[in-house]
Amino acid sequence: MDEVIRVEGLTKNFGPLQVLRGIDCSVSSSEVVCVIGPSGSGKSTFLRCLNGLEEASGGRVLVHGISVHDNSTDVDALRSEIGMVFQRFNLFPHMTVLDNITLAPTKVRGVPLEKAREQARALLVKVGLLDKIDAYPNQLSGGQQQRVAIARALAMQPAIMLFDEPTSALDPEMVGEVLSVMQTLAEEGMTMMVVSHEMGFARRVANRVLFMDEGVLVEEGTPEEVFDHPREERTRRFLASVL
Amino acid sequence: MEPILWFGWFRADIIAEYGVMFWRGLQMTILVTVICIVQGTALGLAIGLARLADARHSPARQICRYLLRWPSTVYVSFFRGTPLFVQILLIHFAVLPLFINPADGLLISGETARSLKQNYGAFISGILALTLNSGAYISEIFRAGIQSIDRGQIEASRSLGLSFARTMYHVVLPQAFRRMLPPLGNNAIALLKDSSLISAIGLAELAYTARTVAGAYSRYWEPYLSISLMYWTLTLGLAWAVKRLEARYGRGDTR
Repeated sequence: MDEVIRVEGLTKNFGPLQVLRGIDCSVSSSEVVCVIGPSGSGKSTFLRCLNGLEEASGGRVLVHGISVHDNSTDVDALRSEIGMVFQRFNLFPHMTVLDNITLAPTKVRGVPLEKAREQARALLVKVGLLDKIDAYPNQLSGGQQQRVAIARALAMQPAIMLFDEPTSALDPEMVGEVLSVMQTLAEEGMTMMVVSHEMGFARRVANRVLFMDEGVLVEEGTPEEVFDHPREERTRRFLASVL
Repeated sequence: MEPILWFGWFRADIIAEYGVMFWRGLQMTILVTVICIVQGTALGLAIGLARLADARHSPARQICRYLLRWPSTVYVSFFRGTPLFVQILLIHFAVLPLFINPADGLLISGETARSLKQNYGAFISGILALTLNSGAYISEIFRAGIQSIDRGQIEASRSLGLSFARTMYHVVLPQAFRRMLPPLGNNAIALLKDSSLISAIGLAELAYTARTVAGAYSRYWEPYLSISLMYWTLTLGLAWAVKRLEARYGRGDTR
């Protein structure tokens, strides 16, 4: 299978604090990888290094073979291939749902506005929010905002989608609607990397689960391997505390 | 003209006699204010962005620091830390003659310089001083407005592949502008009032007109009360316009 992302010896320091201590992994096309681990373990930082929102301190990240943190890399072009969904949605509050979704395709890719709007409508159907097309983000619930954020990222037709704790800021009754959109995406063959505390989702949808603690990848395997037969003591302890 | 008395003490005929002059003064005050608002906003945006300039790698990092951030910080500090009145005098009597001078002007010299200085000297100096001064204040409004935008907005935009400039233009500045409208409105009102200081170097705007009239008749209530009402009307109009803008562009802001 095609390798979409390859991470080699990635390290990240914030001042004296070493957040990532040498991470190696790769994600293949159509794979769904869930990253779990205690808070402060570096999961989000790791994800943010993948599209260059954070500078790497050492090692490298290759997306389709192109190094993300190279000075000579056109990072904007690379990022347009990597969709990202944030914990706090980060929709643009001064734009309608439609404009949120069409902004990047029209400005970055030069897609004609009519075509971008057509595509936005199709994406809104997919996330079940066509009736909110002219709404502003502050008129939507958290779950709806997150679904729009997913549609916005998908509008660039990315090769991979990164989800940074997409349901952590949601009220419990809205978690399901977002997870079900993500599950549909996974079933359609989207390559995904998900940092999440939703163990049920990881077990159900992931092909592979990575357990991270204190800036290192402690353990990885299929959901069955990691959840049912963890090899490492640290994994066992973490799972015992969350399950 | 026969003296006309209002309420037994207000010599309305004086105002009527100098009606044309007051009208020209009012026009000049409005002209100076509008020019300085436009130029000050453009300058303020540039300085505000310069104060925020940063880059990850050298040499861009050093360029941002020494050629953009430091000079702009000193600039803002100077123009906010010294009186506008002094700035006007300094620019009119010291800086401008350096550049526009019949003998050896750095920018313009000879006969052109002489007539320019005579006809437009106070106008040029006044506009320059007021623009530079308001640019410093407005840059702080821009800086605060831009910094008030949640980092997540920038990250979301950049992660969609939008460049830094496009992110500024489509995502950050439109949101920042909404928040900047009230302080920008206050600044415009301050600018309108501060334009009266330019009368000190002889620009024939409202305050200068009042002084002329006061000098001619040795009467002070009439001219100064009249221009006070004119300034008051103008500032009320400005405040109303800002309120309208706020109502119009306030949609979609979560705060």
